[in-house]
Amino acid sequence: MNAAVARAIERDPQALPRATALLVAVVVLWPMLVLAEFKPWALFEAGNLRVMRDFLVGFLPPVTSAEFLGLLLKATLQTLAMATAGIALALLLAVPLAFVMTESLSVSRIGPGRGRVLGRALRAAARWLLLALRAVPELVWALVLVRALGLGPGAGVLAIAITYGGMLGKVYAEILESSDTRPARALLEAGSGRVAALLYGLLPGAAQELASYTVYRWECAVRASVVMGFVGAGGLGQLMDQSMKMLNGGEASTILLMFLLLVLLADFLSASLRRLLA
Amino acid sequence: MSLQLDQLGLVHPNGHRALQRVSLSLAAGARVAVIGPSGAGKTSLLRLAAASLRPSEGRIEALGANPWQLSAGGLKRLRARVGLIHQAPPIPPRLRVVTAVLAGRLGAWSLRRGLASLVYPADIVGARAVLARLDLSDRLFERCDRLSGGQLQRVGIARVLYQQPELLLADEPVSALDPALADLALSQLVAQSESSGATLVASLHAVDLALKWFPRIVGMRAGEVVFDAATASVTPQMLHDLYATEGAALPTQGVPLALPEATGNVVPLARPGCR
Repeated sequence: MNAAVARAIERDPQALPRATALLVAVVVLWPMLVLAEFKPWALFEAGNLRVMRDFLVGFLPPVTSAEFLGLLLKATLQTLAMATAGIALALLLAVPLAFVMTESLSVSRIGPGRGRVLGRALRAAARWLLLALRAVPELVWALVLVRALGLGPGAGVLAIAITYGGMLGKVYAEILESSDTRPARALLEAGSGRVAALLYGLLPGAAQELASYTVYRWECAVRASVVMGFVGAGGLGQLMDQSMKMLNGGEASTILLMFLLLVLLADFLSASLRRLLA
Repeated sequence: MSLQLDQLGLVHPNGHRALQRVSLSLAAGARVAVIGPSGAGKTSLLRLAAASLRPSEGRIEALGANPWQLSAGGLKRLRARVGLIHQAPPIPPRLRVVTAVLAGRLGAWSLRRGLASLVYPADIVGARAVLARLDLSDRLFERCDRLSGGQLQRVGIARVLYQQPELLLADEPVSALDPALADLALSQLVAQSESSGATLVASLHAVDLALKWFPRIVGMRAGEVVFDAATASVTPQMLHDLYATEGAALPTQGVPLALPEATGNVVPLARPGCR
């Protein structure tokens, strides 16, 4: 057999499926861009550029008066407290549900043995519960809860706890599944319980990922609590809302700088946690 | 009977048949080596015996019970009495050696004890003693990702020795060890069986080790038991027939028994992912 014939016969069997997938992706994406009215060139039209410039110039210089900084500090603490308490409550929801949902901790799956139908049903129930929790945006929860609990951070905390509980639980289970699950399975096969198999078999490999995802979600919760501030849930968002309504761009830019600091803080926290767990 | 397999068959979900008509009967305290070319079904056999796979056909009885007729709690208690040494040690790299060894008894410990042992190791003395038997006691507080492949394999053996199972199963337990350490590890498995009365079943690639350490040999090929005989009555012809598909030489731990064409049959030091 000469080289040309060999080349004609030896083909990557994956080539055609991959090309098809790419084509499908483009075909699906195009109408989405049209539906989303994606017209980036509109940004660069002369009139639009001027409007944006005038808007942004209003943000300078940032306000640094002691009185405003005092307000800012108080609002920042409130936002941090809201995000932290929200994530802590979310963990109470997410950890048990993720533990139930993680298939690699299923004892009945081995074999498969007794009770696998019940096990599968429980995992499906946990999955649906998590899905329902995170399907409603936290802003909507906040709007509902503000009516029930009144204005203030309490509504924001609960809204974050519910939505983020759903997100954390789902992703925790997925992180645990995608780490090396053989150690946990070996422990279960040697008669160990589920909790022990999680702690001795899965967590050592997944702790870093879990920690950095949790801190990332905390960072998201800080931003989310700002958005909820606009609907009266307190913190930096409420301050921002007031500044924007009074067309005080200087105050708004000081607040934005504070956001930047908070995200930097979250980044630093995540990096040091990962180092600690490495 | 400690382990009784009756016309056992196993078909994997992908349709591949791993075992057929396997019958074995092991009295308590028996020591058996399972040998055969790769793909013979040795790992499947051990996983069936460990109640981690369910047979497609036939009956299994381990430590006096059919695992698949037990309640969930009964099966868990049975599994705690069966120890399987995996060929690739299933130990998370970040775990410390002491924790990895102590994890052997999680099946026997209460949840509270298991949790407390993560805060402070519950039995440092016991872990060090069992590691000392495998010449590894100085690595007690190292992390497992700092160990070599051979050291990690010995940690995997130490974990199951620490478990003190009544049915001790070992899947290629010395595949990553040099000849001296392989001898040490097998001598410790045999010693454990002698002192505790545990039944020992080990699959081995090296025929010389099987003949040296075990009074009974089960030869497997293509998912079936070819012979099941006392070591004294195993003839070179039986071994050559068993490994006929792998060439003229028998796979051994040390020097190949027959020199021509031996290169392809020398046991590789580590065969990750090969199960």
